[in-house]
Amino acid sequence: MTRADFEAVIGLEVHAQLLTASKLFCGCSTTFGAPPNHHTCPVCLGLPGALPVLSRRAVEFAIRLGLAVGCTIRKKNRFARKNYFYPDLPKGYQISQYEEPICEGGRLDVAGKVVRLRRIHMEEDAGKCVHDAAGSSVDLNRAGVPLLEIVSEPDLSTPEEAGVYLRALRDIVVYLGVCDGNMEEGSFRCDANVSVRRAGARELGTRAEIKNVNSFRFVEKAIAYEIARQVDVVLSGGSVVQETRLFDSDRGITQSMRGKEEAHDYRYFPDPDLLPLDIADASIDDVRRTLPELPAARRSRFLVEYGISEADAVVLTADRVVAEFFDVVMRAYAGDGRRAAGFLRTDWLRVANDRGAADVVARVPAAKIAQLLQMVDAGTISIAARREVFALLVDAGEGDPEAIVRERGLAQTSDAGAIEAAVDAVLSANPNEVAAYRAGKEKLLSFFVGQVMKATRGKANPAIVNDLVLKRLRS
Amino acid sequence: MASLARLELSADEVDRYREQLSQILDYVADLDAIDTSGVEPLSHAVPISAPMRDDSTRPSLPPDEALANAPARDETAFRVPPILAGE
Repeated sequence: MTRADFEAVIGLEVHAQLLTASKLFCGCSTTFGAPPNHHTCPVCLGLPGALPVLSRRAVEFAIRLGLAVGCTIRKKNRFARKNYFYPDLPKGYQISQYEEPICEGGRLDVAGKVVRLRRIHMEEDAGKCVHDAAGSSVDLNRAGVPLLEIVSEPDLSTPEEAGVYLRALRDIVVYLGVCDGNMEEGSFRCDANVSVRRAGARELGTRAEIKNVNSFRFVEKAIAYEIARQVDVVLSGGSVVQETRLFDSDRGITQSMRGKEEAHDYRYFPDPDLLPLDIADASIDDVRRTLPELPAARRSRFLVEYGISEADAVVLTADRVVAEFFDVVMRAYAGDGRRAAGFLRTDWLRVANDRGAADVVARVPAAKIAQLLQMVDAGTISIAARREVFALLVDAGEGDPEAIVRERGLAQTSDAGAIEAAVDAVLSANPNEVAAYRAGKEKLLSFFVGQVMKATRGKANPAIVNDLVLKRLRS
Repeated sequence: MASLARLELSADEVDRYREQLSQILDYVADLDAIDTSGVEPLSHAVPISAPMRDDSTRPSLPPDEALANAPARDETAFRVPPILAGE
């Protein structure tokens, strides 16, 4: 047996922190970065007698994601206590959902492959411990912050697929506005269940769970390392142990998490403090009505409706603000979608990446973008002049494109007489090049065009210049 | 159990509570005799849906109040003994 005889089976568990203002069961703020324990109250400290009250918005967000990925929404929900002892868990249990998660089923299309989702459930986050030699400091600001745990079926088989799945899921939660998708700050976290088996075997191997991975690149690296490690174990006659392993990003390896190896018995049971949650069809429909068009659907529509390229569609749908703006621009412009896409993904995006898309949209509304596109179409301004006018509009946050073109003298000359004079001047100033061109050195055409553009300070319409130069040279 | 609950008990007390807890467990075990097959587990006796709150924040406790019961603290963080050193 060699390495090539093995295949990997990978399932991912993602924890997405919800973009609510308050915690899941109390009114404490979810804002990141406050000094330790400044966002705590009797509920999230687990003080006796305090009672949790569920956030409506967190439930809405769960339904939103569930609908977007095709899950069935459970009408009868129950919250369960997951019991374990750790200082970051002040109540001694985490409120989660166990046998009755809010979303079940569902799927994500990942690079031509369907990845089934097992479940999505609501739960509260734990606090944070900082360890040192003498003990640990506990900060409970994060305790009680709402999370969605999104569990995939083990349908992934390579580290790269896992990476694509994660990015697709991240794009969706960000698009839906339920999570900011920031892996580095921990608002989008991923644990990977990895096992290996003989290629084609039906039975699953023993799996290891990898935790502590905080970037897309590291997820792929950690899984790749873990697959190789498990194959080596099996090849050398050993067997894989079911355990939790931590990824060490400095060394690029996973390591057994010693001291926590005993199988956990979480003693799940329904939380008596929380009544079961009934979700009415009407409230599911309400959420459905507010669902934005998702990137994949929008991409296909852009291809058909505006005739733009796949590559442009991918770029323009990656961000919801940009995608929605493109739609508005196209309604105002009503011209060739490929030209509008070309401008948006180059000059426009360059500025938007710098200043934030929402800011640029606010400063230069779609109607003005449409005007700029139409002026280029009509030959009134060059592409370079459009870039300049656009930059001025962004900086000022106001202004009329046509007035700017007039004031700055950016209009392009399509006046054949004026251009002709410039062409003649250039040709008579460069007799040697003209002779060389006529002798067959046709590459010199761009030299002449460049000289004419220079002479007219870039205002001549390049298409007309090209035509006239050719006409003169051939006569 | 006493160690998990951070309770200091004398040897006498340990014996006495062990006896009492055993009695409680035996008593609850009597319930096993009842046939509950086909009966849906009941977690809540009142058939209403959980009330919900709007997503608005309310002032948290002043940190000193939040930490009032802490045996040890570091600035506004709770201090606890080393975690992985066994119970």
